[in-house]
Amino acid sequence: MKAHFVKNIGRILLMSGLLIFLSSCINQDKKREYTDAGEIPVNREMLAELTSPPHVPTPVGKRLAKKLIVKMEIREMEGEMVNGVRYIYWTFGGTVPGSFIRTRVGDEVEFHLQNHPDNKLPHNIDLHAVNGPGGGAESSFVAPGHEKVFSFKTLNPGLYVYHCATAPVGMHIGNGMYGLILVEPEGGLPPVDKEYYIMQGDFYTKGSYGERGLQPFDMQKALDEKPDYVVFNGHVGAMTGDNAITAKVGETVRLFVGNGGPNLVSSFHVIGEIFDRVHIEGGDRINDNVQTTLIPAGGAAIVEFKVDVPGTFILVDHSIFRAFNKGALAQLKVEGEEDKKIYSGEIEEGIYLPEGGGVQSMPATKGVVEAEIPARSLEEQMKFGKATYMQTCFACHQSEGQGVANAFPPLAKSDYLNADVDRAIGIVLHGKTGEITVNGKKYNSVMTAQSLNDDEIANVLTYVYHSWGNSKKVVTPEMVKKVRNQ
Amino acid sequence: MSIIIKRSLLLLLVLPCITLTAQGEQQMAKVKGGVYVPLYGNDITAVRVDDFYLDLYPVTNSDYLAFVKEHAEWKKSLVKGLFADGNYLRNWVSDTDLGEKVVPDAPVTNVSWFAAKSYCECQGKRLPTMDEWEFAAMADETAADARKKKDYNKYILGWYEAPRTYKNPVGSTFKNYWGIYDLHGLVWEWTSDFNSVLLSGESRKGNDEDANLFCGAAAVGATDLMNYAAFMRYAFRASIKANYNVQNLGFRCAVDGNKKSNTYKVALDATK
Repeated sequence: MKAHFVKNIGRILLMSGLLIFLSSCINQDKKREYTDAGEIPVNREMLAELTSPPHVPTPVGKRLAKKLIVKMEIREMEGEMVNGVRYIYWTFGGTVPGSFIRTRVGDEVEFHLQNHPDNKLPHNIDLHAVNGPGGGAESSFVAPGHEKVFSFKTLNPGLYVYHCATAPVGMHIGNGMYGLILVEPEGGLPPVDKEYYIMQGDFYTKGSYGERGLQPFDMQKALDEKPDYVVFNGHVGAMTGDNAITAKVGETVRLFVGNGGPNLVSSFHVIGEIFDRVHIEGGDRINDNVQTTLIPAGGAAIVEFKVDVPGTFILVDHSIFRAFNKGALAQLKVEGEEDKKIYSGEIEEGIYLPEGGGVQSMPATKGVVEAEIPARSLEEQMKFGKATYMQTCFACHQSEGQGVANAFPPLAKSDYLNADVDRAIGIVLHGKTGEITVNGKKYNSVMTAQSLNDDEIANVLTYVYHSWGNSKKVVTPEMVKKVRNQ
Repeated sequence: MSIIIKRSLLLLLVLPCITLTAQGEQQMAKVKGGVYVPLYGNDITAVRVDDFYLDLYPVTNSDYLAFVKEHAEWKKSLVKGLFADGNYLRNWVSDTDLGEKVVPDAPVTNVSWFAAKSYCECQGKRLPTMDEWEFAAMADETAADARKKKDYNKYILGWYEAPRTYKNPVGSTFKNYWGIYDLHGLVWEWTSDFNSVLLSGESRKGNDEDANLFCGAAAVGATDLMNYAAFMRYAFRASIKANYNVQNLGFRCAVDGNKKSNTYKVALDATK
């Protein structure tokens, strides 16, 4: 008992000694803590680093609060929504979403909003990170060929959306005028291995998904909230194939995810990953172990996870038709060693035949619009065919026709494909269910019937036959018609 | 400094434009006046517009070149900053040389309100009022007020998105009900009282000083595209100042309807 008491005293003495030691440390390191972010003094001037998506600027780390100069140029410019479909985007910094701005609490941001002389319209900016009327919109309303300057102090840490708020607001946002501004807490966010910038947006065009040519904004569809495109980073395929974001096994990944809207909210999900930490709605509160996080239009979230196994992970809006039919799909490619304990891969395959299986059909509308311009040459067939491939076939058969092992058969150097062109036409027209053998491997899955017209089928099959070591057959609309009428 | 400015102001105000030459004089169409309800109003604030004449086309680069040759104070190198900021005629190579990139028949742009006003006065004309301009611009090919037509509004919205239309020659868009071309489709146009409706830079405000405008805003219903097109014009006007020179902003001139029409060549087929 006594001994115990003595021990305790010893412990207390030790503890208090430690405390004194620690507090003296704090006193030396931090001269002052600020309870009010508005009182944090700024130290020197700095030109802000702005980055295009999917990249983000260097973390703030331990730097002191500064006067941060942001120069943002507004451009109205033509871009590509998906292969063959052009669109006039209105942009902050020449990209959709606009340039990423990275600040820390206490920074005094001097914002220069520059409206390029070639632009038609006045614009402004509302940053959700601003405490002030209009979020800066009132002070930044700027005519083409002019520049407006205003400044604000970042008081609240978090991830915030910025957007244009000039009348008609919906149209300015609908054409791509949004982006993210991050306000890091003092000392910065905890370091991670990879950081990326992703922002969802919905687009409304006169023509429906994939209709070629320069497509104007469709106000009626926007009012009805019926988008033709729902995409990450401004256009279909902005982050797939060669543009996919990457990481290595064992690395921690932080995604700054925003949603510009103008209308839809996003059910953000990464197929095959669980978010270890989510800063809900971009704020301080952290939720652990999340499958899908909701990101409101005009809102954001910070999601963090460690990648444990290699492979391609698909980022989607889990309102899933948007992902596979309207473009809301991105890829994270992870390289490194497999870990069979975490994910085994396929172990065995058996036969299971449920009742009622059958060919599913994609909905076809009556009087499908013929492609505006029929292809005249093989070159054009290839061009249009590739566009159709990227819109319709790519998700399963992949960019180089390699398919997905055990699920979707390859089209590259495919004996099954090259053996019978009419059969191939028939499969695109009517779909295919059941076991087939391609290049010596068995596949048993479902391909839906595709609602493509004769021209489109002729073009896409010609493209497939002329790619990846196939037999270079030319498929004509007449051949398709023949099979269709059988 | 301020004395100099005052003097030049005085000079400009006092100096009447005596040189009425044939250069740059263009045909006008008569617009029969009437009553219309502008975007910013409600039924009570219907506006009466009297008869007036309006130029058939926007003033072109070559028209304006002829003007600056006669009125040196509007040359690029001599213009006072008070009346035109640094972008004045920024695409012209020099005072009297358009250069190869500027299309002579395209509308003159990068001209300030002061310059446009002075140009019209030197033709014995004036800038149209905003109500006159809006009144004439309600027309499509066949109707004096086409604002309820979906296609008409889609056309205008389409133009707002089309890049570099300021390089197209005048007369390249449709001829409207009054016989006037290019009110929509080439460039924005100055009006004499462009800044009389104050659309705040913050377009979503509630019911304070801009209450009228935002009644208009509230009326933007599910199918009402009409106000969107107009909104963008008012938003544009609210963003500019009289000494601004903007790439997509030109002008045309007007004359009161009660002036003798033989002073101006009135297009024969214009009045119906």
